[in-house]
Amino acid sequence: MKRTITVTVNGQRHSADVEPRLLLVHLLRDQLGLTGTHIGCETSLCGACTVELDGRTVKSCAMFAVQADGSDILTIEGLAVDGKMHPMQEAFWNEHGLQCGFCTPGMVMSCRQLLKDIPDPTDHEIREAIDGNLCRCTGYQHIVNAVKAAAAAGAR
Amino acid sequence: MATSAPVHTEKMVGKAIRRREDPRLLTGNATYVDDMQMPGMYHACIVRSPHAAAKIKGIDITAAKAAEGVVAVFTGADTASIGPVPTGVSLPGMKVPAHKVLATDRVYYVGHAVAIVVATDKYLARDGADLVEVDYDPTQAVADPEKAVAPGAPLVHPEYENNVAFTYHQENGEVDKVFAEADVVVKQRIVSQRLIPTAMETRGVVADWKHGDAALTIYTSTQIPHLARTLLAGMLGMPEHKLRIVAPEVGGGFGSKLNVYGEEALLGFVSKQLRKPVKWIESRRENCAVTIHGRGHVDHLELAAKKDGTITGLKIHILSDLGAYHQLLTALIPQLSLLMVPGLYNFHTVRADITGVFTNCVPTDAYRGAGRPEATHVIERMVDMVSAELGLDPAELRVKNFPRPEDFPFQTATGLVYDSGNYEWPLRQALATVAYEDLKKEQTAARAAGRLFGIGISTYGEICAMGPSPAMPAGGWESATVKVEPSGVVTVLTGSSPHGQGEETTFAQITADALGVGVDDVAVLHGDTSVVQYGIGTFGSRATAVGGAALWYALQEVRAKMKRFAEMLLDSDDVDLVGSNWVCNKTGRTVSVVEIAGAAYGAKRLPQGVDPGLVATRFWEPTNFAYPFGAHIAVTEVDRETGTIKILRYVAVDDCGNIINPLLVAGQVHGGIVQALGQAIYEHAVYDDDGQLLSGELMDYAIPRARMVPWMECSHTTTPSPVNPLGVKGVGEAGTIGCSPALVNSVTDALRPLGIRHVDMPMTPQRIWKMIQEAQA
Repeated sequence: MKRTITVTVNGQRHSADVEPRLLLVHLLRDQLGLTGTHIGCETSLCGACTVELDGRTVKSCAMFAVQADGSDILTIEGLAVDGKMHPMQEAFWNEHGLQCGFCTPGMVMSCRQLLKDIPDPTDHEIREAIDGNLCRCTGYQHIVNAVKAAAAAGAR
Repeated sequence: MATSAPVHTEKMVGKAIRRREDPRLLTGNATYVDDMQMPGMYHACIVRSPHAAAKIKGIDITAAKAAEGVVAVFTGADTASIGPVPTGVSLPGMKVPAHKVLATDRVYYVGHAVAIVVATDKYLARDGADLVEVDYDPTQAVADPEKAVAPGAPLVHPEYENNVAFTYHQENGEVDKVFAEADVVVKQRIVSQRLIPTAMETRGVVADWKHGDAALTIYTSTQIPHLARTLLAGMLGMPEHKLRIVAPEVGGGFGSKLNVYGEEALLGFVSKQLRKPVKWIESRRENCAVTIHGRGHVDHLELAAKKDGTITGLKIHILSDLGAYHQLLTALIPQLSLLMVPGLYNFHTVRADITGVFTNCVPTDAYRGAGRPEATHVIERMVDMVSAELGLDPAELRVKNFPRPEDFPFQTATGLVYDSGNYEWPLRQALATVAYEDLKKEQTAARAAGRLFGIGISTYGEICAMGPSPAMPAGGWESATVKVEPSGVVTVLTGSSPHGQGEETTFAQITADALGVGVDDVAVLHGDTSVVQYGIGTFGSRATAVGGAALWYALQEVRAKMKRFAEMLLDSDDVDLVGSNWVCNKTGRTVSVVEIAGAAYGAKRLPQGVDPGLVATRFWEPTNFAYPFGAHIAVTEVDRETGTIKILRYVAVDDCGNIINPLLVAGQVHGGIVQALGQAIYEHAVYDDDGQLLSGELMDYAIPRARMVPWMECSHTTTPSPVNPLGVKGVGEAGTIGCSPALVNSVTDALRPLGIRHVDMPMTPQRIWKMIQEAQA
């Protein structure tokens, strides 16, 4: 039986009728059309689906949409302000922190959370922070560089 | 003729500019297959075998068909008209079992597709799939290649008398004599275990049949849209010009999408039957079980040498685990291993055999490096063993056996002709980077203190820029179209189909320099058979070395035509392109690229014998492969108590010829190294004796995470390839090929004081700990 939920995504309020079993990531992608959040494993291991929910990152494939009722969600589409990329996005661009781009939205969201928690992380702290985000292309080195560059630029 | 156009005088080739494809990827604006929505689109879920070997006694789809939202169910009986999944390889006497898109009477591996359920919603499609009742009669499976060739093994395909799909033999020189006269012969069995490629985007297909046009569009996550079109048109029995293939944003491939899969044809068939767009997205569990695996070798080697370290001959037997079927290039992969097994060494005597064996597992095929990591791994292990046996320094033994730079082009023991090389150069650079002599002293001290401290060297070569057409299953050329548009901006169409490599940037850099335009004035289009002329694709480190070369030739044609217009407009036959303007060397007058484009399309006045427009298409056929090379050094320490490996340093010096964009090359090297590190230490596609895949999820299949990866110290030497005008060699697979032997040689070196002479991959703590215990017992 469907339930009506209300979520605010990237500053916009949405009401949606959802099956209780609908995953949050499918609400975002299929019903709200925000396909920047990706599905890489459906088992919360790869982190491609990472979004921010009420100020903390979550894996949206490991959460039901109904659990997000009333919450405030930020996805990769909501990071840029007035068409200007978030400093973390800019840093990934400058440092070549992405190749195929599939893990990138989740990776950027996790890295952004890191700098909110630790503004000036060490290499080790960066690698620990993205332990839940798999990338098969970059070997992570340029991602580490990107986070350091974003931190140096004062990104939060 | 004055101009106000910007002047682009800076050379773009060689410059580390950031990628032009990134804004869409960074902002969530890219379109992967699963991001596509179409009106009325259905969703499909595939019913797959839980058994590795079983007879199908019956399939009951009644309940599934009646389920909520389900619009259709198709089984093998319904899809008999679809042609078999193609293989591009043929060898004399090779057994090629019919590979239908859906199983009918038997299943041959876990995950074998049995039926497809189509519903209005993806959740309902999965519910429906759960209701398909398949009555299986399981039979004995064989999932291990050594067991599959043993007498009395269960037959993977009961219609054949044994599981051997093909054998292959190649020999050069007087092998028996050379081995009889050798001072030392080292022998070893070496395993290159099965791996799961694990692109972060799984495969996915949207098929869209337009009944009024009798035309089909298949959006698929592929590395080879053009070849896929030809082959899928054949499978579906439809004219090729009515089939359009689009590879939209592709989230990684690594060879796993260098294939034509049953699902691509199946979805096309279903869409046509239902006259609706239909989407199928592979789950991660399916990706692990049914998308091709890589490697899967058990090799036996013998390397002969003289006392002074001169390598004289090699014997190799490759047992290649093919899986249950041939996919597109399955049987080709061990042949690439065979060709590359002499590595960088100057010996000419070899006896090489391949036995390709069927197992009740998913087929193996091209995975990043595709045969070359296996070859490099075994030769580099064997060279290290000879060094250890003779008590010679492994670096100096390698140098002693390298051909000299003046020996190129260099013909190898297996008949390849290496294009250019200076193998000592990257090795010396890597040795200098690690301060080798100091490092050896550090190792002596560490050993004296009881620590397990290892230094591992790998010097690798690879066959890239694939390749001359006569040596390739399909064509080996590549194509490019250059269109200078009427406003002076440029559209490039490439037959390469990148999926993360960054050709939208590197090809724009090449174009900018050739035509005097800005990088941002160039759009590079790819991956859509209705937009791009035919092409081959992106694999085998070929996109820049073959596709970039095709682009270069097309650019020369357009540039020559622009020159004719410049001569006309400047009324001079002495003109040159300087920045973004053509300049008359006598008068100093200039005409811009924009003005030339306007003149070429306006066509009010034309140079003698010149047609309007500024477009050129080139299909370029290379005369040879290109052969990158390099040296990697890993310094490791093994924890005696836990068997864990700590990588203290990782140094890579790669020579991929000229470099178009150093930033992107670094990215390719890093990613390749980490994939090989995955093979060396973590990854293994494990099947049990019943053919159940035990590592069928990312929970069990351990691809490297950031904290498992050391800092990589990378640099380059530059030895241009003479094969193509860009002088590039290819870099996509370098890291994957160079890294695993460096790590294994290093860990073996660390364990050497315990009397251990070889370690197989993956070097998990459990395996290492066990070896240490046994050695100390």
